[in-house]
Amino acid sequence: MNIIVLVKQVPDTEAKIRISDDGKHIDESSIKLVVNPYDEYAIEAALQLKETHGGEITLVSLGPAGAVTALRTGLAMGADKAVLIKADDSRFMDSQTVANHLSKVIKEREFDLILGGKKAVDTDAQQVGSLIAMDLNLPIITAIVELDLNGNQVSAVREVEGGAETVTCQLPAVLTCEKGLNEPRYPNLRGIMMAKKKTIEEKEISDGGIAVEIVSMEYPPQKAEGQIVGEGPDAVPELVRLLREEAKVI
Amino acid sequence: MRYIGPDFYNITDLLTEEELLIQQTAYDFVQEKFTPLIREHHRQGTFPVELVPQMGQLGFFGASLPEAAGAAAISNVAYGLIMHELERGDSGLRSFASVQGGLVMYPIWKYGSDEQKQQWLPKLSSGKVIGCFGLTEPDFGSNPAGMITRAQRTSDGWVLNGAKMWITNGTLADVALIWAKDEDDVVRGFLVEKGTAGFSAPEMRGKLSLRASVTSELILQDVVVPNSAVLPNVEGLKGPLSCLTQARYSIAWGAIGAAVDCYETALRYAKARKQFSKPIAGYQLTQAKLVDMLEEITKALLLAIQLGRLKDLGKMDFNQVALAKRNNVRIARDIARTAREILGASGILDEYPVQRHTMNLESVYTYEGTHEMHTLIVGQKITGLNAID
Ligand SMILES: Cc1cc2nc3c(=O)[nH]c(=O)nc-3n(C[C@H](O)[C@H](O)[C@H](O)COP(=O)(O)OP(=O)(O)OC[C@H]3O[C@@H](n4cnc5c(N)ncnc54)[C@H](O)[C@@H]3O)c2cc1C
Repeated sequence: MNIIVLVKQVPDTEAKIRISDDGKHIDESSIKLVVNPYDEYAIEAALQLKETHGGEITLVSLGPAGAVTALRTGLAMGADKAVLIKADDSRFMDSQTVANHLSKVIKEREFDLILGGKKAVDTDAQQVGSLIAMDLNLPIITAIVELDLNGNQVSAVREVEGGAETVTCQLPAVLTCEKGLNEPRYPNLRGIMMAKKKTIEEKEISDGGIAVEIVSMEYPPQKAEGQIVGEGPDAVPELVRLLREEAKVI
Repeated sequence: MRYIGPDFYNITDLLTEEELLIQQTAYDFVQEKFTPLIREHHRQGTFPVELVPQMGQLGFFGASLPEAAGAAAISNVAYGLIMHELERGDSGLRSFASVQGGLVMYPIWKYGSDEQKQQWLPKLSSGKVIGCFGLTEPDFGSNPAGMITRAQRTSDGWVLNGAKMWITNGTLADVALIWAKDEDDVVRGFLVEKGTAGFSAPEMRGKLSLRASVTSELILQDVVVPNSAVLPNVEGLKGPLSCLTQARYSIAWGAIGAAVDCYETALRYAKARKQFSKPIAGYQLTQAKLVDMLEEITKALLLAIQLGRLKDLGKMDFNQVALAKRNNVRIARDIARTAREILGASGILDEYPVQRHTMNLESVYTYEGTHEMHTLIVGQKITGLNAID
């Protein structure tokens, strides 16, 4: 079974974000970049599928040259090979453009399954998985929290408001992963050493037409200072009073 | 990827992508699996043994040994960065790894028979068994040459008698490497398995430092071991001393991790804590403390990186390790105390890691050669005169 995993390098969720001087994107020069956490669930899911069904895992990323580190992390976790679609201006591309480039590379390969995160934590657009499924005319199940494969039949569970739904489809398909699907492994030292020997194919692209453009970015409003009303059980009555009378939330 | 810690000098550029990935793995493991447990283990005086197989699976034990030893054969700098992360968690966690890798796996790999290597190395590296290193005795600490534990040759093996003290992991260990003198006063290493008749390892209680690490006595009363228990390829004190060089190397790195944790905690606290008109970080006295900390951490890190590069090239000698252990533990100890000052009363609470590091570093200052012994080692090197005895 051949699995493609979509991987994006994003700023660490704990990083202090600074908007660049042009006000249109995040300044990445001095922040830590990591594998998009939702993509880690996808990598882990691929590794588990490989452990039971065999096959090969190829990571595909679109991003600047530095995104190679995210691919290296995925290879260290156990993926077999990787493709970097190199675009220094990837941060300005809209979801459609990104999906088109990814689809083009994926189309040239043999695959049974495409896994990705349900979203990238930086742009939060939640579109690329679905757009690739459209490009390639494949079924898609988004935001899965459980996954089961029986022959060619995928069975996945999605969380819906107040409950869960089980969805099935046939391979080949696109699945995007939600928190809770699994616990991504840490790359172990042997994996890290082996990753050095695995190949990362690089492809250059020229950007396609960009239809959606970021006009400006703003910081969220500063949070008002919190208030400590006391400690332990003694503080409860006062807390309840404030929630009721001042915050008016209960 | 960047060096995880205060990188005032672009230290990231001195590290390879692999080394940074390895630091990241160790950092993630410690922060997610260990840090949530440490406060309770520190209070109870216990060590989270359940993490040992996980650390083994990740490859942390003896990781810079060759692949033939069952290790990942990573660079010594990468290994140092793992120690840095373990000790950012707690000196007890790093001590565990230093003992398992540097004091048990290393001598078995270096001085052991093929059978001993096959029997022990895979299990030690995967964390399925735990080892300990018994050199220090109640009356012989800085002067291990004086040890009185004896190994008496018999027709088909040895009989061991004596007592060791201050032995990290002693009570937990499945195998103890015991150093003892034979009839000719030659120091030899013996692998003694848990449960061997006459051998016991009671835990020492009442420690106010390194509480989340098990420290034990080892008692040997007519302990009979076969010939296959002795490490065949080493004689004399250079055996245990060469192991100490490995473990001291890991301390030189580990201490920086503890210092970084204290510095970062103090910096964060100083920026948030307001007294009089502004955050305490805005007062010159606090800034001077923070700058001193950053300065010492930066120097210690550069020292450790160069030491690791020398080790990778096979050019490191024990004098250089002595200097790095001495410097890096001293600065870590000073930084921990200064961080405690900055945190004021909060600094003494175990809600913050600072006082725990402060207490831990007292042990680190003393074990693996006290600060003073390292002074005298380097002193002898530069003057040619032996001041130790
Ligand atoms: C928590 C902990 C864990 C340990 N784990 C292990 C372990 O796993 N295995 C093991 O074998 N040992 C272990 N040790 C023992 C440790 O290595 C010894 O404590 C250390 O070598 C010092 O010995 P000592 O405590 O007997 O001090 P002493 O040697 O009695 O020294 C007391 C003081 O005198 C100073 N001093 C001694 N000689 C001289 C001299 N010639 N000139 C100037 N000053 C001198 C010392 O520097 C020190 O300040 C551990 C210790 C601790 C605290």
